[in-house]
Amino acid sequence: MLGKTAGGLFWMSRYLERAENTARLLETGQRMALTRAQNSIEEWASVLKTAGVLDSYHSKYDEVTKDNAVDWVLRDAENPSSVRSVIKQARDNARLVRTALTHDVWSAVNATWMKIDAVMKRRVNERDLPGVLELVRHQAALVRGANLGTMLRNDIFDFTRLGTFVERADNTGRILDVKYYVLLPTAFSVGSSLDNIQWESILRSVGAGGGYRMTHGQKTTPSDIAAFLILDQRMPRSLHFCCRKIQENLFYLKKDYGFSGPSCEGSDALFQKYMDKDISEIFEFGLHEFIQEFLNDLSMLSRQVEIDYRFYE
Amino acid sequence: MSEYFDEMYNSDGSLRGPYEEIGRWFDAEDVSRLRAKQREAEEVFRLTGITFNVYGKSEAEERLIPFDIVPRVISGREWQRLERGIEQRVRAINAFLYDIYHRQEIVRAGRVPAAMIAENEAFLPQMLGVSPPGQIYTHIVGIDLVRTGPDEFFVLEDNARTPSGVSYMLENRETMLKMFPELFSATNVRNVSDYPLNLRRSLAACAPDCAEGEPTVAVLTPGIYNSAYFEHAFLADQMAVELVEGHDLRVVKGRVCMRTTRGYRPIDVLYRRVDDEFLDPLNFNPESALGVPGILDVYRAGGITIANAPGTGISDDKAIYSYMPEIVEFYTGEKPVLKNVPTWRCSEPDSLAYVLDNLADLVVKEVHGSGGYGMLIGPTASKKEIATFRDKLRARPSNYIAQPTLSLSTVPIFARSGLAPRHVDLRPFVLVSPEGIKITPGGLTRVALKKGSLVVNSSQGGGTKDTWVLED
Repeated sequence: MLGKTAGGLFWMSRYLERAENTARLLETGQRMALTRAQNSIEEWASVLKTAGVLDSYHSKYDEVTKDNAVDWVLRDAENPSSVRSVIKQARDNARLVRTALTHDVWSAVNATWMKIDAVMKRRVNERDLPGVLELVRHQAALVRGANLGTMLRNDIFDFTRLGTFVERADNTGRILDVKYYVLLPTAFSVGSSLDNIQWESILRSVGAGGGYRMTHGQKTTPSDIAAFLILDQRMPRSLHFCCRKIQENLFYLKKDYGFSGPSCEGSDALFQKYMDKDISEIFEFGLHEFIQEFLNDLSMLSRQVEIDYRFYE
Repeated sequence: MSEYFDEMYNSDGSLRGPYEEIGRWFDAEDVSRLRAKQREAEEVFRLTGITFNVYGKSEAEERLIPFDIVPRVISGREWQRLERGIEQRVRAINAFLYDIYHRQEIVRAGRVPAAMIAENEAFLPQMLGVSPPGQIYTHIVGIDLVRTGPDEFFVLEDNARTPSGVSYMLENRETMLKMFPELFSATNVRNVSDYPLNLRRSLAACAPDCAEGEPTVAVLTPGIYNSAYFEHAFLADQMAVELVEGHDLRVVKGRVCMRTTRGYRPIDVLYRRVDDEFLDPLNFNPESALGVPGILDVYRAGGITIANAPGTGISDDKAIYSYMPEIVEFYTGEKPVLKNVPTWRCSEPDSLAYVLDNLADLVVKEVHGSGGYGMLIGPTASKKEIATFRDKLRARPSNYIAQPTLSLSTVPIFARSGLAPRHVDLRPFVLVSPEGIKITPGGLTRVALKKGSLVVNSSQGGGTKDTWVLED
């Protein structure tokens, strides 16, 4: 396979994953804003920060307002990380690697872009926002289904999975990075209603409310939430789950190619360093520091993958 | 009474032989069902991404080439003659290319003026003395044909450089098969779907001697913003070969190699869809980012086969075209089976005078032009357009040729008002390898969708039809 093709597959998957996660982030933001109106501006600033676009937002707008924040994160073409922009980039990458994809995957990605582009031609008003965000999640599910259901389990598939899980680990990590303070044990608030809403919003933004209840029942504690998002082995958006998948896919490539680069060992090291722990150790180390170091190491690993498999010249 | 030959209906309104099944089928069909099918076809094209990018428009602009559901039908007998003529012409073109890059016998014999070769922009001195495997220069050829009567076919243009459109031929057929399977059960239409397989075989058969084992073939594209990118990806996909861009390639130890996830691997045959000028920044345009530095040196040393060969474009030149009857005769020793359209070379003073006097009746084309750009169609042009063109002609006469306006045949399209005749041309696709010449039965029928229009180019609003060759 061409190195460029591996890169196109990796980035196609990363962008699709990012689109889905950003849509979920907006859904949560919208819900938070509706449930506690007095501080909704802070909430939108936090959405912008989690999406990594707060600085770029301020290059266009002075004040954070709901409408502008939604528009910037959802569809502004000047924002390369907006949902619309990343779906466009996913589609461009899919076109680039058209020969590596099944017809089903390609047409799912192409249709995704056509539908999203059509509903995002103009500003999306509040009434239509839930429908548009749902469309993004549905389309992402469609592409994922086509990928799982029709693609050969070869190196092509491995690179799409690597992209998915690197991006997902990054996104879950960012949510924790911005909201870590909500999960810190404090002397007072033990399950005030405000806390409950905040905790619920963290679970929602990774689509894990149901999974959490199934695992922990109605008892919501910050430490359990943090453990669920970081260390749970069965939760498909936990850092543990993503790291495991990254490790596995690099291992498949090693088996297939008969060689491996530093990224393969790097993924083992990443797992050992961050996942071979229990939650109290993480809190002891400092939740925020832990997440920041993890995100840093994850991005280094991603760069190493690009080098090892010759994505670029 | 129409002044044009219609391929479906005789002048008395009866169906011509090859169209009997189609005519019966159409009469029995419900018009609204057909309209729904037509929309369905367009949806499939859009979803599959069978689009072309429009130059000069924003990057996002991808358009569909309109597809018309009424097939264009050619009888087995008609096809046989076309096939003979096309094969003869393609053999002559390859012999001509070999000759002009070697001893130039045709110039020595005085059949083609020396200046016509030496001063031609598309002539590449770097190719002098180079002999590609099998002495084949043009491996993939598209010969544009037009029809003016029951037995009158003319070659309008030779596309020996990089003919495009074959993906539409294939997708049009797939679409028809899906939408109207009953039509194919009732008729004996020859298959076109093995084209990609034949293309791969044909390319592999031209591999250089240094190739080891099964030759590695790749398609070279300028990238996703090229107007024909869909076709490049489609062909690579169908042939199961890599689709590469210049930045995927590098010369390593005398071979052109592609950067794979496992390191650099040599390519034996490169089906390039990048123009000569951009192929090698070291040997041609130094600004080019689309090519591979040094590929021409590897090629000259026999380290890779480039299809089509660099320097092939000279045979597409419209001034060279005017010599094609002589060229065919010179190299094959036979009379040309297919006629040329009479052509005035404006570089010759007598011809120029004639052309200037008769602009309103003629079609004038640039010698290097393509895609229907930069031409004048006298009968439909305004006085002002003719006057502007007159000045251009006087300023650079050798840049132009002129031809009479042909009465192109018509085939009905399924229009708002029902069946309506529109002008068509035909581009059959030809593969050349040391194993022989293979012509896919059919080709791409392009149709002018505007009533009365003679311009069929997709860049100028033309559409396409599925083209059927019947087994007699």
